Amino acid sequence: MTDLSLSATTPPPRTVTSWGRLKVNRNWIAMWFMLPTAAFLILFLAYPLGLGVWLSFTDARIGRSGVFIGLENYDWLSDDSVFWLSVFNTLLYTVVASAVKFGVGLYLALLLNQNMPFKAIIRAVVLIPFIVPTVLSAIAFWWIYDAQFSIVSWSLRHMGLIHANINFLGDSWNARWSAIFANIWRGIPFVAITLLAGLQTVSPSLYEAATIDGASKWQIFRHITFPLLTPIIAVVMTFSVLFTFTDFQLIWVLTRGGPVNATHLMATLSYQRAIIGGHLGEGAAISTAMIPFLLAAILLSWFGLQRRKWQQGESND
Amino acid sequence: MTDILPKLAAPGAVLSGSSPNTDTREGMSYLETLPRRLVTLYLPLGIILLVLLFPFYWMVLTAIKPDEQLLDMERVSPFWTWTPTLKHINKLLFETQYPRWLWNTMFIAVAATFLSIAASVLSAYAIVRLRFRGAAYAGSLIFLAYLVPPSILFIPLSSVVFQYGLFDTPFALILTYPTILIPFSTWLLMGYFKTIPFELEECALIDGASRWQILIKIILPLAIPGLISAFIFCFTLCWNEFIYALTFLSTTQNKTVPVAIVNEFVDGDIYRWGSLMAGALVGSLPLVILYAFFVEHYVSAMTGAVKE
Repeated sequence: MTDLSLSATTPPPRTVTSWGRLKVNRNWIAMWFMLPTAAFLILFLAYPLGLGVWLSFTDARIGRSGVFIGLENYDWLSDDSVFWLSVFNTLLYTVVASAVKFGVGLYLALLLNQNMPFKAIIRAVVLIPFIVPTVLSAIAFWWIYDAQFSIVSWSLRHMGLIHANINFLGDSWNARWSAIFANIWRGIPFVAITLLAGLQTVSPSLYEAATIDGASKWQIFRHITFPLLTPIIAVVMTFSVLFTFTDFQLIWVLTRGGPVNATHLMATLSYQRAIIGGHLGEGAAISTAMIPFLLAAILLSWFGLQRRKWQQGESND
Repeated sequence: MTDILPKLAAPGAVLSGSSPNTDTREGMSYLETLPRRLVTLYLPLGIILLVLLFPFYWMVLTAIKPDEQLLDMERVSPFWTWTPTLKHINKLLFETQYPRWLWNTMFIAVAATFLSIAASVLSAYAIVRLRFRGAAYAGSLIFLAYLVPPSILFIPLSSVVFQYGLFDTPFALILTYPTILIPFSTWLLMGYFKTIPFELEECALIDGASRWQILIKIILPLAIPGLISAFIFCFTLCWNEFIYALTFLSTTQNKTVPVAIVNEFVDGDIYRWGSLMAGALVGSLPLVILYAFFVEHYVSAMTGAVKE
């Protein structure tokens, strides 16, 4: 396409061929521009997505393509208490972690939005937990949660609050809360910084006007900040819920689903069954069972975006 | 053309708070007294920062502590060490295949990022500026693709990767990571391209430039901040990716850093913590250094994709 430009020095022919027409047809050009993206997304995203649903209806194993067995995998899962435990864990993990991430993240964003010395550096530092690969920070948490040498147990013991070390990852509920805490730790920076970006679009004159009218801090937050922030909250929380729901790395590093399957999320259970156990069909059924939840999250995001456009009176651009 | 550049180079507003309507140098903060600010602002902020940064402090400290101090928490305070050692890092770099894993991760991340950015530039330009039939639908579909998480795709993808004969090669990851990166960077770049005035393109079209020339010679130079944002964010996502790397790679020497640390370092050795933390530290450093240089681009990438 580049060598066409060289012909600019010679007078261009006046006749318009159908090839010449095609060359300037925007649909034709756009098709070539879209081709790489479409190829990637169809070959490695859309096709596997369909294949996953199909696999969930077969008894495929690693190295052997299965035959269609209808709903047998789902039937099997519906009687499997470990599966239901993983559903419960996933919901608990998502609801608690997202709620806390939202609360603390919004609070942190409000704090960061104020004037203070070293503002830029503090904001930059907040984001570090988000930069460091999850697996590597999860390993740090693994060491912090160590049964014998945990620094948290050590500090609490020396403050006289507890007498024996806390068994963070060895007990079902302790392990769940430990994993949830690590997830919250990792997720807060994302929520805080994106909400901070939203806060900065709120004009300070609104706050000044409200202060002159005698509004309290809470009233200012409730009636100015929160309504103006709602659209970005909708989007951020949809992403947050989505990524928490499908989390895999953190659990895999911290507990691998243990103790006795107590911390399995749906994603880790599907890995356990499909890749380690070799039952691809069953694992695929667990993954497919996650899709309805994802659809719910996507719908939420969709309506959040719609509302934003409606509020700003923008056309679809 | 020069007067456009400052407009595009403003993505750092989130960090410094220097965008026109937020630059409240004094603002209303004079209404609050210092003791009050101490309690309502600095104290909670300090606590949150402490919690957010403690794991890294602990990671660094563990990586440079001698083994005996790691396990003996009674005689010496565990919060500090007077005898730092490079033993763990030395062991990591010269007695394990760690450099090889670093190289794998780097190579895969750079290759996947370049592929994704190239594809995203083309598709974002087509969606924003060519306005072909169905452009809006293509945009929505790409956004939906962003919402499909790797943890429901890895099982079918593993059989796809096996069918294509890519299993246990870097290409298994180089070709699958773009499915995570392209949707993100396309949306980010769409936002950037929209800010470039249409008139520039019209001038170029009248002067006889082809679409390809417009993209290369006019749009891309103006979108450099956006490209940097997309590049470093994609690079970070690649470095962070775990589940595909865990599933598609099996040979020890082919692994990426996160997978290798989790699988190769975890043995029964009670002295493993020093080298584990050293591995985690060295694996995070490239990203932290990159981040330190491009903080503002980073933030604009993160917020840009959400705001779109």
